[in-house]
Amino acid sequence: MKIGPDSPQDKHDDIDLGRRHALQAGGLAIAFLWVGGTGVASAMINARRQPGDAAAALADGNPTFAPNAFIRIDTSGAVRLVMPSAEMGQSIYTGCSMLLAEELGVGLDQITVEHSPPSDELYGIPALGGQITGGSTSTRATWTVLREAGAVARTLLVSAAATKWHVDPATCTVDRGVVHHTPSGRSLGFGEVASEAAKLPMPDKVQLTDPKDFKLIGKPMRRVDAADKIKGATQFGIDVRIPGMKIATVMACPTLAGKLAAVDDKAARAVPGVVDVLRLDNAVAVVGDHFWAAKQGLQALKITWDHGVNANLTTQQLRDALADSARHGKSIVARDDGPQPQGTLVQSEYQSPMLAHATMEPLNATVFVTADKCEIWTGTQVPARAVGEAARITGLPQDKVVLHNQYLGGGFGRRLETDWVEQAVAFAKQVSYPLKVIWTREEDIRHDRVRPMYHDVISAVLDANGRPVWYGYRTSGGSVLARFAPPAMGKDGMDSDAVECVAEIPYDIPKGKVEWIRHDMPPGLVVGWWRGVGPTHNLFVFESFMDELAHHAGKDPLEYRRALLQKSPRALGVLNLAAEKIGWGSQPLPARVGRGIALGEPFGSHVCAIVEVEVTPQGEVRLRRAVVGLDCGIAVNASSIEAQVQGGLLFGLSAAMFSDITIKDGAFEQSNFNDYRNLRINEAPVIEVHRVINTESPGGLGEVGTAITAPALANAIFAATGVRLYKLPVDRHLLVQSPDALKSVVSAAVHAGRDVA
Amino acid sequence: MTRFLIIVVLVALLGMGAYFYLNRTDTAEGTAPPIAGAPSSADVLARGEYLTKAADCIACHTVPGTGSAFAGGVAFKLPFGTIYSPNITADEASGIGNWSDNDFVRAVREGIRNDGQHLYPAFPYTSYTQLSRSDVLAIKAYLFSLPKISQANKANDLSFPYNQRWAMGFWNAAFFKSQRFTPDPSQSQQWNSGKYLTIALGHCAECHTPRNFGFGLEHGNELAGEELQGWRAYNITSDPQHGIGAWSDSDIASYLTTGHADGRGSAAGPMAEAVENSLRFLNPADAAALATYLRTVPAREGKDPITIDATAAPTLASNNAAPGGDNANADNPGLKLFEGACASCHQWNGKGQQTSYASLLGTRGVNDVHGTNVTQILLHGAGPHALAPNIFMPEFGNAYSDTDIASLTNYVIGHFGNKQGNVTPDEVAQRRKQL
Amino acid sequence: MLSLSVNGQAYPVDVPDDMPLLWVLRDVIGLTGTKFGCGIAQCGACTVHLDGQAVRSCVLPVGSIGNRAITTIEAVGNTPSGQKIQQAWLDVDVVQCGYCQSGQIMSAAALLQRTPNPNDADIDAAMSGNICRCGTYVRIRAAIKQAATGKQEILQTLVSAPEGAKS
Ligand code: FES
Ligand code: FES
Repeated sequence: MKIGPDSPQDKHDDIDLGRRHALQAGGLAIAFLWVGGTGVASAMINARRQPGDAAAALADGNPTFAPNAFIRIDTSGAVRLVMPSAEMGQSIYTGCSMLLAEELGVGLDQITVEHSPPSDELYGIPALGGQITGGSTSTRATWTVLREAGAVARTLLVSAAATKWHVDPATCTVDRGVVHHTPSGRSLGFGEVASEAAKLPMPDKVQLTDPKDFKLIGKPMRRVDAADKIKGATQFGIDVRIPGMKIATVMACPTLAGKLAAVDDKAARAVPGVVDVLRLDNAVAVVGDHFWAAKQGLQALKITWDHGVNANLTTQQLRDALADSARHGKSIVARDDGPQPQGTLVQSEYQSPMLAHATMEPLNATVFVTADKCEIWTGTQVPARAVGEAARITGLPQDKVVLHNQYLGGGFGRRLETDWVEQAVAFAKQVSYPLKVIWTREEDIRHDRVRPMYHDVISAVLDANGRPVWYGYRTSGGSVLARFAPPAMGKDGMDSDAVECVAEIPYDIPKGKVEWIRHDMPPGLVVGWWRGVGPTHNLFVFESFMDELAHHAGKDPLEYRRALLQKSPRALGVLNLAAEKIGWGSQPLPARVGRGIALGEPFGSHVCAIVEVEVTPQGEVRLRRAVVGLDCGIAVNASSIEAQVQGGLLFGLSAAMFSDITIKDGAFEQSNFNDYRNLRINEAPVIEVHRVINTESPGGLGEVGTAITAPALANAIFAATGVRLYKLPVDRHLLVQSPDALKSVVSAAVHAGRDVA
Repeated sequence: MTRFLIIVVLVALLGMGAYFYLNRTDTAEGTAPPIAGAPSSADVLARGEYLTKAADCIACHTVPGTGSAFAGGVAFKLPFGTIYSPNITADEASGIGNWSDNDFVRAVREGIRNDGQHLYPAFPYTSYTQLSRSDVLAIKAYLFSLPKISQANKANDLSFPYNQRWAMGFWNAAFFKSQRFTPDPSQSQQWNSGKYLTIALGHCAECHTPRNFGFGLEHGNELAGEELQGWRAYNITSDPQHGIGAWSDSDIASYLTTGHADGRGSAAGPMAEAVENSLRFLNPADAAALATYLRTVPAREGKDPITIDATAAPTLASNNAAPGGDNANADNPGLKLFEGACASCHQWNGKGQQTSYASLLGTRGVNDVHGTNVTQILLHGAGPHALAPNIFMPEFGNAYSDTDIASLTNYVIGHFGNKQGNVTPDEVAQRRKQL
Repeated sequence: MLSLSVNGQAYPVDVPDDMPLLWVLRDVIGLTGTKFGCGIAQCGACTVHLDGQAVRSCVLPVGSIGNRAITTIEAVGNTPSGQKIQQAWLDVDVVQCGYCQSGQIMSAAALLQRTPNPNDADIDAAMSGNICRCGTYVRIRAAIKQAATGKQEILQTLVSAPEGAKS
């Protein structure tokens, strides 16, 4: 499963729904597989289907040559590529372009990319049942079809040139947008043959490039969207400007599931530039000529909320109930290999917090509702779902809802939801002008759909050598999947995401029992996808516990793991690689400096992270260095792989170090970067990514780094201090060397240079 | 035995005599010097409104943000428990609607409620005792002209013996003197007005004058600075080093009425509230009068004097965007926090970017080696307030640890005050509990 | 009516003095390259230059700007340091979602203009106010150094297949 930045690596050529694969695919991918089962899969992404409708073609600039929905070439030779997925930072536009360009025979510097218009028919991912970006499916679904689409176009262009020259197409070659006939020394640019090529019949069979001849695929390529992004020229949803548009900002009842009781808007309407005050049953929006007027207006409102059932809710209440359910609740069994054997039983309990996404671009949508049409501009991972919701809210048929997807200023799973689009449509439907609704950062965090909190009980039975012969795992938490795609739940009510990375493990532990206790959150506390969900806590728990077991056995954590990995060569490979690169055990570390290992196989990749930290006597944690060993199979773009893993790691470190959404009086207590702290560049460690080269089928990437970080950090902290962290985020009070350390003036850290590497 | 009893009775009588002598009431009506914003010719309600603001009644009697005006309920956390301000609207049942003029005057000037019970000196009758009856009644008239709010008073949460109101009689005997304001004919009228504004209405001493072991004001050490409710109320005597002796008239006026004076600092915490609720409404002539009086308050060093280094070397060696001349190396945790969360507004040269309210050089906060107010502002943020509705500092207390706040405070003191800050994580933990 | 000098052009704008520059740029003038991330000067997404200094436009009242020259991401490429930074950003392939990058580049360009050869501490001092949720910090550091020295920073950390790592 994969929620956040997607990547070309997320490919599984064969979708195997056997137990192991189903569990690995996990939550979101499973959800999409289910959605895909509704029967629309037949009419989807295809290398040969053209944008048939003349109006669409016109709107598209009426390109001379458009052999399928992805490639547009006009007589000037300009090549436009239309992207089936959404770009949220994961570099999918580059990955897709590489697949298309490789076969088409152009360089990435010769193309421009475009968002796809909404069309399940042309851009739907069969496995997802529509035009959806998520679930590690983008490359898996497009790996063949986009290469084929490129090859179809190339075949037609070559045929057209060959016909002109009266030569055998097989004697022609293509290079950088030019068809060559070497024997005669002739060449023609794509633009020169575009009109002719457009008239040729669709080729049935096309020849795909032999991987050994790949010019682009497998190389570290620069991103196709970078040039605009460095100039501020990229249009994100928040940048949309429609003639006549007004701008609104919103406040929904801070208390979860609370309602709007009354609002006195006299003062707000008096604010210069304020145009309107709009109401929903749980929110109020102030519309202005510009955001500032709207925000001033919002501040001037006198709002009375009906706080509802959660008025007295606190995080502690939720925590207590969750702990109780983890210990005593009725479970659904994901794995049970028979009775627990005799031996020494070790058991621990771990807690993981609720987490916000805080995508850099706050949520926003621009909506224009007229009597017979609803037009939406927003950055979304699920345009199809958004269109469906808009149709429901406006009462318009789905084909009257037009959604223009935009570049996403971060997704991380937040934009798999449609709540803000629904809200914007509900407001926009009340006015006659196009309405851009922008959430403040405060609103964005207070009304996030958070990664659920978890309480996990893990145990193991050890033999005389301290080696586990059985493990037990009871995890309790809310289910994202159950809301997101109820029929995708297992037949016994199992949420596969809940036990991902723990029902199947790389270690050779003969038996185990893995259980999930579904513990729903109160109404209004909606839990959502994140940059990884299940694995982000399961790996924290499992890998922290592996460290506990190593400690218990008096063994080095590296050696202890190695001994259990003899049957998992790829996992062992990344463990050894990371250990070698960081120089595990080669030199003694300074006092209160420690290294922690975490190993896992999230999202179909094999990864080992080793984090090195220093903990000050006052309990502050300084991240010194991180080394990753990665085996993600074959690579499409080696540069994006590194970027995704580094980014994922930092995302995970930031969360593990600082993040915790807490509730008081039924409302989130955090609201902005001052109280929902994010790792900054001067706190970020050097991160090395070392990759195993092989030709295995690709694994996921975007969430891999995120999922593997927290246990590596916690284990490093243990190595530095002897304190085991059973709860995230890092509680720095627990790491204080002695009470006296807090009575003395804080001293500078021991030198923790980033040049250490 | 009899002799012994006689002695006991005599001592008791003497004690009672002393008690009543010390608790005697100044029976004078009192006269106020001219107040520019509330001329005696003005309508009583207009005068009342101005005086109510100048006396900052609203600050203590209105829960910020959510509360109805003057309906009380504001919590005051004192070392010995929490007390709540009462409803002073004209509501008969829960407020003071059925108080007579005399009741009201006695409460304000003597600290005794209409039922004869003592008020706690968190209510500054110790200062208001100087007010003229006419001014007090103008305030009452104004309060009674406002909407009645029915809101029951919250019971105080004080431990024994502090919950014994009668005991306040002894406190009063020791520390309170009922006394009307008497103008000093040897001083200018402006000075007298300023004194009345400072001492009586503005009750500046309540925060700025050090308190003794018994929580009484240390007369003789007036306005030399004190720490209260976790904040440092600075020395505002005429001491040029430690007080405001070096401030220009316009510095003082600007600080009082806008909460900020360039190169002097920006009000935060309780002082920001005083500016917001009260001082900014002062008529310029009254602000000037107040300043005139302050200038004559004898220079005193006060306790834990703060010595300002307005030309802190590390700050001067820095430019707007990069530090220079710091002893702190690049790994100093405070420096790292500053460069992440603070520098983009305050700048390394302390000039303040985007708003002058963010300037730090020369302010007392960064020169206080105990970091009292810097710590508080970091924990709880500052502003926005009415005069600068878009200027604020976010609070960092919820996401930053005690150690973070301590190291950041010490860094700030080192960089902008050129002194060794001595804030410890433990102290930050204490400060967190104070508010 | 205020007049703002943005990217060398004069813009008369009829807005309240206390309106932050960010919204004037985005919603009134229509330059949307400058981003809104937090509104409280904590993230740096809204960074622009005022006479060459990096400032947070989300908390900068337009009324306080006077005739100082505003430069935004749209035109920072016309300055030598901005041009170098943008090129290095491409060469090192820094961006991910890109939303924070306008601000990152503005902060980096101001740094380079002031400190042509910044060390790690200089980079920290200038860049720590800019948050990137996608986690591009490692490459930002590399790109700034490359822009300063012209020396290629490694784009890729090592890709290897050492002994024992093969499956
Ligand atoms: S939007 Fe200005 S610093 Fe975040
Ligand atoms: S690139 Fe996405 S936030 Fe920085």
